[in-house]
Amino acid sequence: MKEETYRRATAGDHPANLSPDYKSTVGRSPRKSAVVLPHSLSEITGPSLATERLDASENDLTKQRMAEPLGERIIVQGRVLDQDGKPVPGALVEIWQCNAAGRYHHPGDQHDAPLDPNFYGGGRARADADGHYKFVTIKPGAYPWKNHHNAWRPAHIHFSLFGPAFATRLITQMYFPNDPLLAFDPIYKSVPAGARERLQAAFDMDLTQPEWALGYRFDIVLRGRNATPME
Amino acid sequence: MSHALTPSQTIGPFYWGTIVNAYHADLAPTGVAGERIEVVLKLHDVDGAVVPDGVFEIWQANSHGRYNHLEDRRNLPLDAGFEGYGRAGTFTDGTSRFTTVKPGRVPWPAGGLQAPHINVSIFARGVLNRLATRLYFDGDPALAEDPVLKLVEPGRRDTLIAKRDGNGTWLLSIHLGGPNETVFFDV
Repeated sequence: MKEETYRRATAGDHPANLSPDYKSTVGRSPRKSAVVLPHSLSEITGPSLATERLDASENDLTKQRMAEPLGERIIVQGRVLDQDGKPVPGALVEIWQCNAAGRYHHPGDQHDAPLDPNFYGGGRARADADGHYKFVTIKPGAYPWKNHHNAWRPAHIHFSLFGPAFATRLITQMYFPNDPLLAFDPIYKSVPAGARERLQAAFDMDLTQPEWALGYRFDIVLRGRNATPME
Repeated sequence: MSHALTPSQTIGPFYWGTIVNAYHADLAPTGVAGERIEVVLKLHDVDGAVVPDGVFEIWQANSHGRYNHLEDRRNLPLDAGFEGYGRAGTFTDGTSRFTTVKPGRVPWPAGGLQAPHINVSIFARGVLNRLATRLYFDGDPALAEDPVLKLVEPGRRDTLIAKRDGNGTWLLSIHLGGPNETVFFDV
């Protein structure tokens, strides 16, 4: 067991906990520095959720109800990789999103936009041996929030990944390329410039299926391992 | 070839049902070895107000001190039905309740053993990066020799140590900031 099994993020990879333009961070962010832990078994192990059985419809959010949801059908596909470009085989990928009108199937969402009885908005997929995952869904709408005057979230899909270890846990959001709302979104902009662009999926004509759906590619990169020292 | 890390973002307020309902807060079905315990985690903001829209995840070894993971190759028993992972959203009073078994001790890279602990992840609206901390058990004789607690300044160690209430439930308040700010770890 090495004391630094997983590489640490460098400054500029992640948002600052306190990002005041995103107002909720002010009351919810630690001000003291995190204590750096050497990596023991507690950090280099983690849940694989390998025994979770996924239903066939879980990665197709358009087939979870009686009929197809309203909205623009899309394919979101990509790979779960580590920093060395190696696939993370079998990685569980969880997503959730609002419907095409910009409303979440959630009692806390009071936005004056219609719910879609045919859209629940949650999905799971398991990456294959090469790290490939795929979802079929509808493009989520933009929606207002109360962070500041006339605040709108750009269309986004929430992603949750565990990776191989407690140390690799990641929750993030995928955005759509060239969305004009990105320039005004303090959550997206909480990530330093140069890194935030990684959260934009790429439109991909090769993933696009004729007469059926546009395709977007979104690769997710989790922490990689340090090189094994000579022993 | 080096790939750039995918940056973190907040879980936001609208995860309920879509991800949290898929997992149990009861980690230890009947038959799992060890001392059954109830753990209540309570989330507070910097002003001490409870956070009703957060998510706690826990990850722990079994009662023998073995993690259910390929990386833990020690010759210790695994318990059928015990993965060691739990997830629960906070209720209106800021709490999440887990039923599990008290974890055994796990080794430390430089030698020796760590005190029994549960690894905790915290997510919430307004929390842009996963916050990681640990829950230790008050009164455990191993606390005095725990190598991680020794990395923490003595006056803040209490933020990591759960206390038992009259019903035997282990309680730990987690403060995202403020005068009682919990110790978080860069894992």
